[in-house]
Amino acid sequence: MTATAQQPPTNRRLIFRLVLAVFAMFGFGFALVPLYDVFCDITGLNGKTGVTDSRTVEATPIDKERWITVEFTGNAASGLPWEFRPTVAKMEVQPGALARATYIARNTSNRTVVGRAIPSVSPGEAAAHFNKTECFCFTEQYLDAGETKEMTVQFVVEPDIPHSVNTITLSYAFFNAEKYVKQKTVKATHKDAKLEKTHPDKKS
Amino acid sequence: MATEEAAHHDEHHAHPTGILRWITTTNHKDIGTLYLCFSLAMFMVGGLMALVIRTELFQPGLQVVDPHFFNQMTTMHALVMIFGAVMPGFVGFANWMLPMMIGAPDMALPRLNNWSFWILPFAFTMLLSSLLTAGGGPAAGWTLYAPLSIQGGMAVDMTIFAVHMMGVSSILGAINVIVTIFNMRAPGMTLMKLPLFVWTWLITAFLLIAVMPVLAGVVTMLLTDRHFDTAFFNPAGGGDPVMFQHIFWFFGHPEVYILILPAFGIISEIIPTFSRKPLFGYTTMVLATAGIAFLSFIVWAHHMFTVGMPLAGELFFMYSTMLIAVPTGVKVFNWVSTMWRGSLTFETPMLFAIAVVFLFTIGGFSGLMLAITPADFQYHDTYFVVAHFHYVLFSGSIMAMMGGAYYWLPKWTGHMYDEKLGKAHFWSNTIFFNITFFPQHFLGLAGMPRRIPDYALQFTEFNVISSIGAFGLGLSQLLFVYVVIKCVRGGDKASDEVWEQPRGLEWTVPSPAPYHTFETPPRVA
Repeated sequence: MTATAQQPPTNRRLIFRLVLAVFAMFGFGFALVPLYDVFCDITGLNGKTGVTDSRTVEATPIDKERWITVEFTGNAASGLPWEFRPTVAKMEVQPGALARATYIARNTSNRTVVGRAIPSVSPGEAAAHFNKTECFCFTEQYLDAGETKEMTVQFVVEPDIPHSVNTITLSYAFFNAEKYVKQKTVKATHKDAKLEKTHPDKKS
Repeated sequence: MATEEAAHHDEHHAHPTGILRWITTTNHKDIGTLYLCFSLAMFMVGGLMALVIRTELFQPGLQVVDPHFFNQMTTMHALVMIFGAVMPGFVGFANWMLPMMIGAPDMALPRLNNWSFWILPFAFTMLLSSLLTAGGGPAAGWTLYAPLSIQGGMAVDMTIFAVHMMGVSSILGAINVIVTIFNMRAPGMTLMKLPLFVWTWLITAFLLIAVMPVLAGVVTMLLTDRHFDTAFFNPAGGGDPVMFQHIFWFFGHPEVYILILPAFGIISEIIPTFSRKPLFGYTTMVLATAGIAFLSFIVWAHHMFTVGMPLAGELFFMYSTMLIAVPTGVKVFNWVSTMWRGSLTFETPMLFAIAVVFLFTIGGFSGLMLAITPADFQYHDTYFVVAHFHYVLFSGSIMAMMGGAYYWLPKWTGHMYDEKLGKAHFWSNTIFFNITFFPQHFLGLAGMPRRIPDYALQFTEFNVISSIGAFGLGLSQLLFVYVVIKCVRGGDKASDEVWEQPRGLEWTVPSPAPYHTFETPPRVA
């Protein structure tokens, strides 16, 4: 029984390495959260829409030959006491041309509520060719009790969009973000700038 | 220090008797027995939950339990069977057999060994008692998908902590296994001479160390999302619910190989003995096991084909998943080649081993069907999936353990089990298993969704058959318990070799195996 009576140093070294591996893998589990985003960013596999600025859009030639239908939908998730819908159901746009659409949101509760809109583009392959210059989804939106607000999204469908895509659906789900904004309101002055950085919709 | 004292204690004094013996034991055979008994108890508990499910599904409509309780049963059945029956069962086999197979006196870390077992009863007390909390037990499925699991009651928190504890237990066990295999082998026992059960467990232990911490991490994220306003999985705070599935299945797919690789090891021990031939293709068996373990890390998203992945992702995970059929096929062919022209006899362990090869292959083929992305869109979350994973888990892992139990029981107890009753158990178990789960293939292909307590009328006949099979399957296990108890209490005296010229060091020690074996390491030629 001498083998177990005194743990040989090789045992201790091996145990140390294995325990280290356990902690490393625990950390890796958390690292997966940003890693997935990085991976999708690099490979462009995430199906998220991009951001562009109006100057780039102006420099892009407009494809006068094609018309693409953009449909709009939107819903307020449970837990957000808002009514939320697009003002038009769909519009025709030309690739390369800047377009503007609006949504209407109304706070049906008797208190100020902050919401965050998460966009989604269908079909997924269109997402990489769908860029926004301005969107209410870039920041948190505050609505006072009973307030109605028109919310704007400005976008461009890039001319390199595959010819198989003729219809794109832009959908927003509005979530109640009270729980997550509370801690941040202390730095209210920098709020917009800060949030813009962390927003999932942004592709830096 | 503690370890030294324990080893010292075991050596020179009479060990404590009664309950204290079991609480304080650091002997690998005692701890193996504890694990196996615990596993059997959890198998019965999880089985009862399955019978609640099958009772409700005996007829369409809601008769016996309300839907919320039904959801708790599907969730708990899976958690109890995976973490309570299969994983501890294999650790039990590892404790009993690894030291004896490699010519070591005990596991390398006996005190740790005691700990890793005794965490489990507490973990499962916590998990099972969550059924008694207000709002009942966890009901979001064993995968605990967010956002549903974020909305659950206190039971979800208890489940999370129980999962943490099970994770700690498995990780400690895995560390022990690796250190034992690397540092405690008898002189001459080189890595490529290790019995295949030892090899499969070594690779399983590495998988455990790689992925159990990831599971601990992802349930911790759930916990902080639930209580500390983090937003890993909540889009309102910038998170993503699909992220949960990605991280969970990064753990989950290696986990299913953790559940099956030791089973491959057990039947790779049984088949050569009763074929009276050495295992065919030993090296390829080792490489195939390692290959399966490697591939398990790059296939996770085949569990979530319907989640809305880009085409490139769907294709990658489809092809990588199908690739697993190659090393698995190597194993199946090796087992069959081992039997080819062997002088076969069909004792109970061999019957189980052959049934495992046959039935696991059926499960493997339905897995290949599920791997085909476009087809999976129809099969996803139907009873076809339920049938698939019961063919690999029940007729793979659990029946391999039953075969292993019959195979080594004479060595453990010194008595032969009752061969007639063992065979009766095998046949009733295997026939009822197929009656239970084969019709579920048809139900799934016809579109019956899983985890739903009610179903459309056209599914009635197959569900009736399946429920009848389930009760037969449950009752068969009582016979198993009886055979085991009968064998422990007495029976024909087993010889040291037990079987006809079996290979392996465990057959060179007396039957029953003495409390301490290989205090002087054997020389392996």
